[in-house]
Amino acid sequence: MSRRETLSRSALKLPAIVSLFIWSVIPLLMTLWFSFRRYNLMEPDRTGFDGFGNYRYLLSDPSLAMAIGNTVLLVASVLVITVGLGTLLAVLYDQVFFGRGIARVLVLAPFFIMPTVSALIWKNMMMHPDYGFIAFLMRSVGLKPIDWFAVAPLTSIIIIVSWQWLPFAVLTLLTSVQSLDSERKEAARMDGAGPVAIFRYILLPHLGRAISATVMIETIFLLGIFAEIYVTTSGGPGFASTNLSFLIYRYALLEYDVGGASVAGLVAIVLANILAFFLMRSFARNLDL
Amino acid sequence: MLSKKLRWKLLMTALGWAVALVIAFPVCWLVLTSFKSETEAISRIPHLFFHATLESYIVVQERTTYFHFAWNSVVVAIGSTILALAAAIPCSYAMAFMPTKRTRDTLLWMLSTKMMPSVGVLVPIYLIYRETDLLDTRTGLLLINALLNLPIVVWMLYTFFKEVPREVLEAARMDGASPLRELYDLLLPLAMPGIVSTSLLAIILAWNEAFWSLTLTAAKAAPLTAFIASFSSPEGLFYSKLSAASTMAIAPIVILGWLSQKQLVRGLTFGAVK
Repeated sequence: MSRRETLSRSALKLPAIVSLFIWSVIPLLMTLWFSFRRYNLMEPDRTGFDGFGNYRYLLSDPSLAMAIGNTVLLVASVLVITVGLGTLLAVLYDQVFFGRGIARVLVLAPFFIMPTVSALIWKNMMMHPDYGFIAFLMRSVGLKPIDWFAVAPLTSIIIIVSWQWLPFAVLTLLTSVQSLDSERKEAARMDGAGPVAIFRYILLPHLGRAISATVMIETIFLLGIFAEIYVTTSGGPGFASTNLSFLIYRYALLEYDVGGASVAGLVAIVLANILAFFLMRSFARNLDL
Repeated sequence: MLSKKLRWKLLMTALGWAVALVIAFPVCWLVLTSFKSETEAISRIPHLFFHATLESYIVVQERTTYFHFAWNSVVVAIGSTILALAAAIPCSYAMAFMPTKRTRDTLLWMLSTKMMPSVGVLVPIYLIYRETDLLDTRTGLLLINALLNLPIVVWMLYTFFKEVPREVLEAARMDGASPLRELYDLLLPLAMPGIVSTSLLAIILAWNEAFWSLTLTAAKAAPLTAFIASFSSPEGLFYSKLSAASTMAIAPIVILGWLSQKQLVRGLTFGAVK
């Protein structure tokens, strides 16, 4: 390749690479810098280095442990629910039936709804203790409706987020199910394999790639769940439904504690990187670039 | 007696539709509520049959500044998509047709920037925006969305460009076409369907983006996500009006989503699932 071509190749890539580099490095370095400083937007006079003060303060704050726990629980539960149910539904929507096209389109709808709207639908129209549809269903079978966000805040968030992400899992897994060579299924059936055996030994291994892709993409987005909490519980009661995103928002924009928020931000970045390391390794193996 | 095959098909039809209706129910309920009168909307016993009225839509248009927020959403979603495409098209082109040993690492690195949680860098971005007067501006939100979507846009375009036969481009290069001519005259028309679906996905993601909209904007530049969130307690706007505003906020994007669902899989899984 000539020198000119090498140059033009680099020039073509430059804008994207440089802007992503700046976007990923500068804020990170600033977060690191602020994490060692005394910095509260409400008290502009109190500045200067604080050593590990913010770290000591934050790491001894029980809300951080709770937020990490909630984050992990939220991501893990939603992944299990969406991938588990998604696999079953992918098999269902692979069957030929009347109006399958329209049914599939209906299943996809929640994925395209903006998070603030889906949070409002669930808060006011589904889970509301008086006017919610679930309350109506419970009353009509003689049960006493519960106040979802007060009694089971994190579970409620998990339900809402699973509802939003189930369509994505169904969509990717269905695409993968459909790419399965039907001759292999046919051959297995001829050899006397039942539907369960076909599912277990042919379909599931085939879905491996799609499952790892689904897990990776969902994890990226689920670690940052924010609007659903903001609209429904505001992280409460107490810190019962506060995840890392919401904790940092609370520190930074409600308490104006930049130092504390930066430490929590670093915790979030470290957590994401640990997860990313394992996810990227398994994902990269599944790609042919 | 029905044949076994037909019975299976009927069973699957019932099951498939039952599941679909349960999943879509909250959305359908929202749309139904938007056509109810306020008293019917807030009843303890849900009204399935009612006199449909457009009253709520009319009130939302008259009394709120819905269209101000909708315009912010349109500008941010389309603007950020154009900006991301402008940076991504040449980059993906270079990586797809002039690959080096490092191309794979570059692609994975780009994806890893998506792994960085937005909250981790909320504070610096907030402070930079405050210093540069970008807080609560459409430009500021547009920039963030372009950067957020850039890795996904590069990956999607890369997977689509990879499918264009190399020979076509090589033939042009033999004839002395410069890389830029090659890109604009040959590749773009050939890969247009892929570019369109990439754009649709970027628009959907930017339209629905909530974290940065809620933290970086206020009344002036807030898009629909933030506008709707401001009614998190229903006192401000009643149920059917809230439903009407929400329905108007989600309708365009749900339609775009349905149109691009096939490519969306490939795009969002970066070509791992076809």
